[in-house]
Amino acid sequence: MYKNPLSFQLKAEDFLPATDEEKQSLIVMRDSVSFWRDSLRRLVKNKVAMVSLFVIVVIMFFSFVVPSFYPYSYEQQQKGAENLRPMTYSQAEQERIANGEKVTPHFLGTDKLGRDYAVRIMVGSRISMTVGLVAAVIILVIGALYGSIAAFFGGWVDIIMMRIVDIIYTIPDVLLIVLISIALKGPLADLSSKAAMGWVGIVGPNLISIFIVFALLYWVGMARIVRSQVLVLRESEYVTAARALGAGNGRIIRKHLLTNCIGTLIVTTTLQIPSSIFTESYLSFLGLGVAAPLPSLGSLASTAINGMNTYPYLLIAPAVLISLIILSFNLFGDGLRDAFDPKLKK
Amino acid sequence: MSEHLVDIRNLRLSFFTPAGEVKALNDVTLHLDEGEVLGIVGESGSGKSVTSYSIMGLTADPGKIVGGTVTFNGHHIESLGEKELRKIRGKEVSIIFQDPMTSLNPVYTIGSQIEESILLHTDKTREEAKERATELLRLVGINEPEKRIRQYPHELSGGMRQRVMIAIALACEPKLLIADEPTTALDVTIQAQILELINELKEKLRMAVILITHDLGIVSSMCDRIAVMYAGRIVECGTTDDIFYRPQHEYTRGLLRSVPNIQDRESKRLIAIEGTPVDLLNPPAGCPFAPRCPSCMKICLREMPPDHHYSEVHTAACWLHEKAEYEQRGGEGD
Amino acid sequence: MAKYICKRLFMAVLTVFVVATLTFFLMNAVPGGPYEAEKSISPQAKAALEAKFGLDKPLFTQYVTYLKNILHGDFGPSLKQRGRNVIDIILTKFPVSAKIGIISVMVSLLVGVPVGCIAAVNRGKVSDSAIIVIATVGIAVPSFVVCSLSMYFFGVKLRWLPTVGLTTWKHYIMPVFSLSFYPTTYIVRLMRSSMLDVLGQDYMRTAKAKGVSRAVSLFKHALRNAVLPVVTYLGPMMAYTLTGSFIIEKVFTIPGLGGEFVSSITNRDYMMIMGTTIFLATLMVAINFLVDIVYKFIDPRINLK
Repeated sequence: MYKNPLSFQLKAEDFLPATDEEKQSLIVMRDSVSFWRDSLRRLVKNKVAMVSLFVIVVIMFFSFVVPSFYPYSYEQQQKGAENLRPMTYSQAEQERIANGEKVTPHFLGTDKLGRDYAVRIMVGSRISMTVGLVAAVIILVIGALYGSIAAFFGGWVDIIMMRIVDIIYTIPDVLLIVLISIALKGPLADLSSKAAMGWVGIVGPNLISIFIVFALLYWVGMARIVRSQVLVLRESEYVTAARALGAGNGRIIRKHLLTNCIGTLIVTTTLQIPSSIFTESYLSFLGLGVAAPLPSLGSLASTAINGMNTYPYLLIAPAVLISLIILSFNLFGDGLRDAFDPKLKK
Repeated sequence: MSEHLVDIRNLRLSFFTPAGEVKALNDVTLHLDEGEVLGIVGESGSGKSVTSYSIMGLTADPGKIVGGTVTFNGHHIESLGEKELRKIRGKEVSIIFQDPMTSLNPVYTIGSQIEESILLHTDKTREEAKERATELLRLVGINEPEKRIRQYPHELSGGMRQRVMIAIALACEPKLLIADEPTTALDVTIQAQILELINELKEKLRMAVILITHDLGIVSSMCDRIAVMYAGRIVECGTTDDIFYRPQHEYTRGLLRSVPNIQDRESKRLIAIEGTPVDLLNPPAGCPFAPRCPSCMKICLREMPPDHHYSEVHTAACWLHEKAEYEQRGGEGD
Repeated sequence: MAKYICKRLFMAVLTVFVVATLTFFLMNAVPGGPYEAEKSISPQAKAALEAKFGLDKPLFTQYVTYLKNILHGDFGPSLKQRGRNVIDIILTKFPVSAKIGIISVMVSLLVGVPVGCIAAVNRGKVSDSAIIVIATVGIAVPSFVVCSLSMYFFGVKLRWLPTVGLTTWKHYIMPVFSLSFYPTTYIVRLMRSSMLDVLGQDYMRTAKAKGVSRAVSLFKHALRNAVLPVVTYLGPMMAYTLTGSFIIEKVFTIPGLGGEFVSSITNRDYMMIMGTTIFLATLMVAINFLVDIVYKFIDPRINLK
């Protein structure tokens, strides 16, 4: 006969029914957290993304804040201070130092026109940042509107709108950008000479034409993503369920469509920033970007190529910085994607 | 003791994940004889699939056998290398997976996928393999096999693809066929056909079958014996009659109560098992089912119940039996 | 299948038409119009241009004339290079660009695909992490940075490689490296994630359960599926290579179409700009069209749709 080796330890009270509390204490429940808190927690835990964010903030500080109180300006040409090596001073400056004045060193030297290179780099990265951020907003607004309108109306409207997107998608964008920026250069320059349109001159016709190009071409990817998201969500069962429970359109859009779309929107927009920066620096390198004397990292690198034998730092500084900016945005965007939209994770 | 076709003893298997060690199998002991049909029943995550995959030496990457032995057809699986295992897989033991939609490689014709198995394990030439593949498709009830053999998986319906999966599994006439929820992803009408097919082929080819399912209805009609798994343990094991008419474990009883019964017009409601399964990352000290058990006792939360052999083949691990024995003895320990 | 090809062909032709139209009207929006060279050309040449393009006629008639001309492969004369037709310049310069482009595409594929696979197969190991880090950093580096920095280090500083022209095989190394850098890193990432995806698929488990060896299951079952996304990237990669050639040819002074295009922009040779744009756009659209068709042949799943 089978005998239980444990039975001698058993007592009558062991066989009393267990209380609910005792049972509950064994069930480990994981906290349920809201979408935002959960995503933010995952983002903050992502070291790479946080470091990238820090780098972005630092670069932003240097490109937007520092130039405003920096002793040199990006267009100020100093006679006798041409082609200075990093941390060296011109004759005039040395005299001023000898007189007991404090002179800010040229951390990266000066270019061949005697302009402080450090501030030019900062202003150059300001251009890159501005292009990236403004383009992202333009793309977000146009793409999201276009995509959701197409998805919302459906049918013929959708088909025609999406065919247009298909065509724009297959048009080689860089070629068109080149064309548009050539074509817009003249008209925008005319515009800037008019009194009320002075701001065009300040922003620079080329920068505006870059924005127009992005607005015309780059939103198609966003429009496609938004459209498919809205379509999927509209068909999804929890929306049907919400509707069956009597939720109104407003509530469905707010509570379900928006919360589910927002992750994708944030991620796509963030990842759009580096690709816009990429394109801007490409155009500037080819001489189609911002107009002189305004510097851009692309045009700075392009100018520096000719003298790279003697002044390699003029080339290396903008080249490394542009790569760092793009890398940081890429990594931060990846982190956002992992945090907000695990579905998108490759 | 007679030699079993499959003999799993005290198998312990864990998945080593970044979150910690997930104890997927705890002390699983199971055997299967030639030509026998064993059903393994349990909810998702109870270890049904992991147990049967271990017979093929298929333990997914973070998974590792930490103790116990698995013997199949004389091979000590747990000590075999990848190369020896490959000779067994698809030849002596084959498997049909749950989802036929994703289990076939989309870029190869079904013919080449059946032939691959034949070419791998036999000395047949390409021509002979092709012939055999056609023959197999006919065997699993596919019309116009000569035409089908040139088609791609996406051109076939779900039921057809599952038949193809069966054809691949049977290509080398294995001794054991593992059917891992072979009908879960299929329409109800197709389900019956596929089960009927497996039943028929098992008779024809005289092979043993392990049928993994969470559907008690399926096992009752097909299996000789049933093992009920919960949280990586076999909580009860016995003949089909044992399980259906003399269930000893509260979990088995719960499962049976949750099966709709067309004859039983009295009970108007199905009874669900309350609660959720335990977290295998931190398994409780006592019976894993205790928190959900309607007749849970204090000891259940503290200690693991021992296996009790109700008959030669019927075992269960539940403190209720010990309680009954204890009361019989008049409440005194010996 | 035939229906699909027709549909795609129609879209391709439509796209080329849209590009040609946009090009024409954009260039006409330039003050003075596209036929106005910065330094005035000879009166005879100007008269010939006016007659050829009907410059006295309304804009729309000019447009129709222009379309008719390009259909015959006639993009008009270059405004800067006296006596040469745009199409002749394109045809002499393009082979140089095409050669570098094709070599770069090959290099990207031959390096990117295997490296991506190696990373995926060794997931989580040191080699994988190293490859990811390199690819992630690499993808952030614009091509002008790659080519100017490699020119500085290998050409100027170390003097290992020639920096100008395209005469010996050594001249090809830096341009090809610069041009294939971004696509290679992109393919590595694409291939890695797609391979990881495939390795987790149920059919890989089926293959393993059949007793297929690891090597065969990787090369036969996984690779063919995993390489499909790379095929879809071929189109964008060709486009990138073409536009990338503008920079590479400018920096390394390579006598190709890209460099020619860039200098025609700085010289405001509008006829050349128009011609090259339409030529390159047609080329890209054609490549995309071909890739789409090829993809349909490789992936049997799309056949029936």
